[in-house]
Amino acid sequence: MLALVRRDLALIAGRPGEWLLPVLFFLLVAISFPFALGPDAGLLAQVAPGIAWVAALLASLLPVSTLYAGDAADGTLDQLAVRRIAGETLAVARMVAMWIAFALPLLIALPVAAIMLALPMDRLPLLALGLALGTFGLAALAGMAAAFTLGARGGGGLVALVIVPLALPLLIFGSRPDEPGALRLLAASALLLVAISPFATAQALKAARS
Amino acid sequence: MHAYANPLRFLKLSEALLPWLLGLGLLLTGIGLGIGLFASPADYLQGNSVRIMYVHVPAAWLASSGYLGMALAALAARVWKHPLAELAVRAIAPVGAMFAAICLVTGSIWGRPTWGTWWVWDGRLTSMLVLFLLYLGVIALARAYEDEARGLKAAGLLAIVGTVNLPIIKFSVEWWNTLHQKASIRLSGSSIHADMLQPLLISALGFTLLFAAIVVMRMRTLIAEQRRTARLRRRVAVAA
Repeated sequence: MLALVRRDLALIAGRPGEWLLPVLFFLLVAISFPFALGPDAGLLAQVAPGIAWVAALLASLLPVSTLYAGDAADGTLDQLAVRRIAGETLAVARMVAMWIAFALPLLIALPVAAIMLALPMDRLPLLALGLALGTFGLAALAGMAAAFTLGARGGGGLVALVIVPLALPLLIFGSRPDEPGALRLLAASALLLVAISPFATAQALKAARS
Repeated sequence: MHAYANPLRFLKLSEALLPWLLGLGLLLTGIGLGIGLFASPADYLQGNSVRIMYVHVPAAWLASSGYLGMALAALAARVWKHPLAELAVRAIAPVGAMFAAICLVTGSIWGRPTWGTWWVWDGRLTSMLVLFLLYLGVIALARAYEDEARGLKAAGLLAIVGTVNLPIIKFSVEWWNTLHQKASIRLSGSSIHADMLQPLLISALGFTLLFAAIVVMRMRTLIAEQRRTARLRRRVAVAA
């Protein structure tokens, strides 16, 4: 499985756009809000964690269409199946790779977004921890949605419709990191998604191959 | 259960069953709504607007249990490869979605005189909204593929995953909703008096039978579509 993760990361490293663009999108969404809501720092500081989370959620929708499309097109999925590599293994590997390629740049960009959104710096660590945990759930959902929509019409809208309702608990718990118990509930929700996703993804990939 | 996997047997059985489901459903719904809307007592707090409850509450029950039924059908399709179960996912989804929409709209109409606004982020309304979105996802996914079988499989998987996540979503919505100490006006009264409970139950039973009747009609239509497509393919193959 490590080999699969290394391969994914090597592929992504060769295409910097794939990991840069979601982070840029995250920043774009985040800085759209001050334009829309007005520059009042008090208001922005209140809604900053929520905005960061919505931006992260929307940014996680971007890589979905390409997660399995390349492998399906060039026959890698069939190759892995022939070699008896379980779909679940591939799903976990892809989830880990996506977390590295999506969450790490996001966490680096987070302080920039926090400054733009007037978030007090002492609230940043909890928000960052929440995002670090929650992005595992987002990666799990992205992988699952990618497998469900492999080769489907409907594009980004369909992906959003599949992912957003299931991501609501992450959004609810993650955007209030100061509330007691919120981070633990966030970790629990993310863990549940991480646990279910490989099995659902593998089933969907199997259906896609036939 | 596998005895009914044969589509022809299902068609024969459903043909006999459908008039009863439809007839009884319409009758019971009519009676339940008739009593509820006209003959039952008005609420001591809310007055006559509580009568929406006789439509709103059965719709909520049916939307929730419809989703569960859809997920069970999807599970049966994957585990036992029951061929009609896969179709059932497509049969139930729009009906459940419609009942969820009815619940949301009637809830909104009920909320207007009770809370003064058209929409309130009440825990239960929000959960129903999320359930409606989950239904839409299943419907959209089933229709997103050229190959119908692929769409059914993906939609069934989404239904199963949605059902597993549903308790978490409901809990998170309740948690989110109680953060801001909203006024604790609940949609139903504290304990329902028999005069209100009876028409509610009759209405609920009637709506359930109607739900079943519509799903059976959709199943028959979907089976007919499948057979027509298969016949066309055979003709094309023979002619070629």
